[in-house]
Amino acid sequence: MKRHLLSAADLSRDDAELILRTAAELRDLADRPIKKLPALRGRTVVNLFFEDSTRTRISFEAAAKRLSADVINFAAKGSSLSKGESLKDTALTLEAMGADAVVVRHSASGAPHRLAHSGWVRSNVVNAGDGTHEHPTQALLDAFTMTRHLGSLDGRRIVLVGDVLHSRVARSNALLLRTLGAEVTLVAPPTLLPVGVDTWPVETSYDLDAVIPKADAVMMLRVQRERMSGGFFPTAREYSRRYGLDGRRMATLQDHTIVMHPGPMVRGMEITADVADSDRSVIVEQVTNGVAVRMAVLYLLLGGSEPAVGGEE
Amino acid sequence: MPAHPNTSPSESSDGARVVLDAGDIQRALTRISHEILERNKGADDLVLLGIPSRGVPLAQRIAERIAAVEGYDVPVGSLDVTMYRDDLRLKPARALLPTEIPPGGVDGKVVVLVDDVLFSGRTIRSALDALNDIGRPQAVRLAVLVDRGHRELPIRADFVGKNLPTSLVERVKVTLAGIDDVDAVTIQGFTTDGGAA
Repeated sequence: MKRHLLSAADLSRDDAELILRTAAELRDLADRPIKKLPALRGRTVVNLFFEDSTRTRISFEAAAKRLSADVINFAAKGSSLSKGESLKDTALTLEAMGADAVVVRHSASGAPHRLAHSGWVRSNVVNAGDGTHEHPTQALLDAFTMTRHLGSLDGRRIVLVGDVLHSRVARSNALLLRTLGAEVTLVAPPTLLPVGVDTWPVETSYDLDAVIPKADAVMMLRVQRERMSGGFFPTAREYSRRYGLDGRRMATLQDHTIVMHPGPMVRGMEITADVADSDRSVIVEQVTNGVAVRMAVLYLLLGGSEPAVGGEE
Repeated sequence: MPAHPNTSPSESSDGARVVLDAGDIQRALTRISHEILERNKGADDLVLLGIPSRGVPLAQRIAERIAAVEGYDVPVGSLDVTMYRDDLRLKPARALLPTEIPPGGVDGKVVVLVDDVLFSGRTIRSALDALNDIGRPQAVRLAVLVDRGHRELPIRADFVGKNLPTSLVERVKVTLAGIDDVDAVTIQGFTTDGGAA
């Protein structure tokens, strides 16, 4: 039984391709006068966000609403969570309210897994980012954006650059892109590669200039200073010079290569403004595609009598 | 009766009986195309929307015939009804099929829905709901290749290729070149895997 979407590793190639195909059909909805489908009428989706987020929460909210679900937004600030309520008691409250799906973001890695497997709730759980662990719907929307520009990802070279250590986006992308047949290279200073990266299905490099001329897509990752306590690199300026994408580096890319960023961007740090606003940049499109991909995930998990995709149990 | 005895009814490999062969289907579609034109007094404002998967090639073939007669290319599209089905929650979530609305839209147009088999009428009800979210046609009509009866809703077809009286245990199967190997409508009787189409 597949009930939850907790990790990109839960998705088989067939699952992932079904989600991407479904998203492709749903993307056209944005061009219609009535942006609404009746598939989840009467179902309740709770957005449970223990950590700040703008685009992911809005994207999930728009996705659920376009499928006619009722949406309850639940943010840590201003709720009983700030009074010391535990994850368990929050979950029991949601269960009592009859949530059919819980979209959860939490600063602790594994919180969605705990929620899904504790027996506290019967809802389908969708991981919207947990700590430095995973963010599977972001990986799906990135893969969707890539397939729209590059076609099949089989044998395509995708380069992820920057703070891999703190990036749940990087982990989910590495897993999913590998499932879809792409070759993934992580580029980061040694201090920002996680321990055990040699067990990931990826190549690693410290030299951005050597890697990007062969890339089909370059994804820049934000340096997550809020998760850093020590010194991971000498200065921001040095980081930018060695691992930032600027106009000079962009000129070495192949003609069809696209530049991506999961957002939020720090312009001038990992990416310069002229690159972020260039024709190669698909950063705004990533946000648009996010709604379609999340609609596909919610529809495939909740739309039928049982989920059509997802992970174990 | 068809002019080709070797492809005529009663052919059976797995208990299936061919009720329309390729020639019969061609002639039925030609007649439907003329009936649509006659009813509409020409091809103006017509939009053909096929219901995936087999309604779409049927709609395209009707459009080709209308173009041959009137010299006017009728806009053709497809309309997926998956999310509007009343049995959506009785089965695992199904893959979506393409919806392509022609650039001119459907507002004020005469929309002809095209499907292969008309049975319970539930697919057509879903299609009417789906169409409602896309625009407001001046009129909606229904063309089907086969009407096999057993309606469960007050819905009827305006243009029918063949009325095919069936029993509920029989299975009507439409194959179309392009999606399948050959053009044919077959009917399967009391077989082991038998179910309603």
